[in-house]
Amino acid sequence: MTFDLMTFRLISMKFHRIYALVARHLYLYRRSLPRIMEIFYWPFLDLVIWGFITVYLAKFEGQIPGGVTFFIGALILWDILFRSQQGVTISFLEEIWARNLMNLFASPLKPSEFLAATMVMSVFKVLAVSVVMVVCAGLFYSYNIFVIGLWLIPFVLNLVMAGWIIGVLTTALIMRFGQEAEVLAWSMVFLFQPISCVFYPIEVLPGWLQAIAWMNPAAHVFEGMRAVLSTSVSPIVHLAWATGLNLVFLGIVVAVFHWMFEFCREQGLLVRVGE
Amino acid sequence: MPTPVLQVQHLVKRFGEFIAVNDISFDIGPGEILGLLGPNGAGKTTTIQMLLGVVTPTSGSIRMFDLDLATNREEILRQVNFCSTYVALPQALTVEENLWVIARLYGLSYIQEQIDDIVKRLEMEEFRYKVTRKLSSGQSTRLGLAKAFLTKPKILFLDEPTASLDPDIAQKIRSFLKEERRSSGLSVLYTSHNMHEMEEMTDRIIFLQRGKIVAEGTAQEIAARFGQVDLEEVFVKLAREK
Repeated sequence: MTFDLMTFRLISMKFHRIYALVARHLYLYRRSLPRIMEIFYWPFLDLVIWGFITVYLAKFEGQIPGGVTFFIGALILWDILFRSQQGVTISFLEEIWARNLMNLFASPLKPSEFLAATMVMSVFKVLAVSVVMVVCAGLFYSYNIFVIGLWLIPFVLNLVMAGWIIGVLTTALIMRFGQEAEVLAWSMVFLFQPISCVFYPIEVLPGWLQAIAWMNPAAHVFEGMRAVLSTSVSPIVHLAWATGLNLVFLGIVVAVFHWMFEFCREQGLLVRVGE
Repeated sequence: MPTPVLQVQHLVKRFGEFIAVNDISFDIGPGEILGLLGPNGAGKTTTIQMLLGVVTPTSGSIRMFDLDLATNREEILRQVNFCSTYVALPQALTVEENLWVIARLYGLSYIQEQIDDIVKRLEMEEFRYKVTRKLSSGQSTRLGLAKAFLTKPKILFLDEPTASLDPDIAQKIRSFLKEERRSSGLSVLYTSHNMHEMEEMTDRIIFLQRGKIVAEGTAQEIAARFGQVDLEEVFVKLAREK
């Protein structure tokens, strides 16, 4: 078999298998109130807390350059990244909890199709959370995230992709280290929060950390958002960096996932991961 | 002699120093039911996991339908399925939903008709809309079989399909399997700890011990070779040699 044919087989995906997995998760959510609550609980709580902080800081508006309302905007965008990551990782954990990995990977399903399905689930979660947060921010704090304008679209797309990157990486680690590593599903993303510069500009970081932060696609998104809100400067350079870095890192983590998948098959870990 | 649908050659699986499967070779012909017998830890499950592509062999080859599993995983697994007492379907989904997901996963056409058909044949009408976690063990086994037969496999791996079932349901399931084999020419790899069931269901048996094949033949041939009355006595003798 030629390399080209092997590569094609690896990356070619069947829509019906992705659809099957997405449907499997939607069935799960359809009759599980705790799962639905889990999607909205933390974002809602975050919004309430940061909303009040913003109301308080608004009293000092003149002393904080760029205004304080971007805190709420930043929070909504951060939650998009967070839910995107969770969409990928929790979908994998659901299969571990249901001990369903054997059924899935003894079928013609490919790892790439599995990942694609988790990414579709993450988009559904992001959409659900975004709608709720945007509506609540408007109702409770009269905050309109659409002041960012059309830039919001590429910002959100980049954050979703950044979430996938962290999600796929976390999934690969859980697959490798088993259920005891599942705490990573909720904690891994926070490792990236300080260098994502969600609530503060990148310049407040020490020089060496700034160098690392500039390698983080999310940091470019949040810098871009601040640029739009505070100076109305076009964030095109930040967006270009974010997109480029996202594509490179997504390629890397998908390759890592495939490598880890093969490693787990080799070690027999794939069928023992839920035990 | 017809070409085997499954050919296993010098299959080895090591986990570090431990050798779970040690250079086994066997094949299954079209419409044949091959029994895989052995005490716990003999390597039966690891062998099945390798045949299903979820564990990679250390060495050796697995060919099905004259294709190499290592390079034709998708094509092969479309025509293969399994049912194990120890592998359940997602408990939070209904029986119907689980079957629908499986049908989509394997790319079946006329899904509803096929689900209706398998539900009818396995007498699952009364619990088809029930959540899987609420099924009895007999109903769960029938769901596992429905999942396996829904995709119309050419090779089926059955890992203790009647374990924990009452004799009446176990007998019904054995009859169903025999009928399926007769009508569709299905090839089956069958494991069970019920020796009478192995004698009843299988054409040929391979006996695994510590990862190696120590005996192969019909139940009568194996019993005769070890100087025992039946398969159960052979099993006890070999298991105690462990």
